[in-house]
Amino acid sequence: MPRTREQLAERAAQELQDGFYVNLGIGIPTLVANYIPAGMEVTLQSENGMLGMGPFPYDEDVDADLINAGKQTITEIPESAYFSSADSFAMIRGGHINLSILGAMEVAENGDIANWMIPGKLVKGMGGAMDLVAGVKRVVVVMEHANKHGQSKVLKACSLPLTGTGVVSRIITDLAVFDVKPDGAGLELIELANGVTLEEVAARTEATYTVSQSLKAAA
Amino acid sequence: MRKIYADAKAALEGLTFDGMTVMSGGFGLCGIPENLIAGLKAAGVTGLTVISNNAGVDGFGLGQLLETRQIARMISSYVGENKEFERQYLAGELQLEFNPQGTLAERIRAGGAGIPAFFTATGVGTLVAEGKEVRNFDGRDYVMETALVADLAIVKAWKADERGNLVFRKTARNFNPMMATAGKVTVVEVEEIVPVGSLDPDNIHTPGVYVDRLFVGTFEKRIEQRTIRQHADA
Repeated sequence: MPRTREQLAERAAQELQDGFYVNLGIGIPTLVANYIPAGMEVTLQSENGMLGMGPFPYDEDVDADLINAGKQTITEIPESAYFSSADSFAMIRGGHINLSILGAMEVAENGDIANWMIPGKLVKGMGGAMDLVAGVKRVVVVMEHANKHGQSKVLKACSLPLTGTGVVSRIITDLAVFDVKPDGAGLELIELANGVTLEEVAARTEATYTVSQSLKAAA
Repeated sequence: MRKIYADAKAALEGLTFDGMTVMSGGFGLCGIPENLIAGLKAAGVTGLTVISNNAGVDGFGLGQLLETRQIARMISSYVGENKEFERQYLAGELQLEFNPQGTLAERIRAGGAGIPAFFTATGVGTLVAEGKEVRNFDGRDYVMETALVADLAIVKAWKADERGNLVFRKTARNFNPMMATAGKVTVVEVEEIVPVGSLDPDNIHTPGVYVDRLFVGTFEKRIEQRTIRQHADA
């Protein structure tokens, strides 16, 4: 069974480690916040200028001066800190954020990512995505394996304009998990979603990849 | 007290001209200089280049200056929330330059700090780097980005003292502090002006040296995405 959005977020939460500072993108990545393991110290960064994001507010606590990068109202928590956009991107660009979990339109086997524009369609802008993929220590993509036309989003090469080159470390889809090996060594399939077969992933993936020893042994 | 003005109209007096470049603080609708945007609308100044992370929404924020066709060009990182923006852009009436958000913030910071350009890894190998100098430092490629300054910076802060020392509130800080440094003239609207000595000098976010004019505004503080949770017993 392919993973649901919630299951994708739950799987992505396994990328978190104790003490991590993490930036979550809009969409499925935002849901990852709901699956931070109890007792694990994870600090969420919002690139509009906040570390230590709390949950959505109760109706009576809504504050127009307190939003996340998706422009949603949020709350502060005891360890929260506020700062300017320049400071925010200094911590991103300077490699101080441990992990970014982002959505994508396409990811290539060399770690290229495209997630900001489709030629011929209205472009809304890249926001902070290019800074995040270039600056954060580890970039994990969470996305559907196929686009709405059923075409693979895990590709030999991206066809859309890039957000960053060679920046993605891991791809989590509703079917499988791939590692992007360093230095252009390509993709390795390391996990299958429950009930998904190697054959199904092969049929639905345009990129070339190797299969990890443990998956081969299990097959 | 000589920095303090009665309202947006008085604070903008003599500062506006057609074809000028304006930096406007805020992220989405959070921390935008509502009063000064309305002031620019009332001043009727046209052909503006506006540097702002976003373009407001229809009818509010910078959307008001789009409706009146006062903006000719925008430098932004994300403009997705505005139908009038979309219409003018597709009709070729509005020029648009996209900058990655961190690059935009740093270009403004650099402008205010007297640094003409800098190198960043953001955008290397993408459309953003086309036509720009790329240089390798310690084995990694970086693209050169130039500083931004403006004829006028319009800024929203929470509190100021009478000398223009500023304090921002929560995520309404965003682009405002850098823009305050990068305007040839910086005009600030605040919720409250307090006597000198009332703010802790250790907790000033923007020192008054960057602030030329100051007034107390009135604020709607519209919320773009009101997202709430329910009480467990509800």
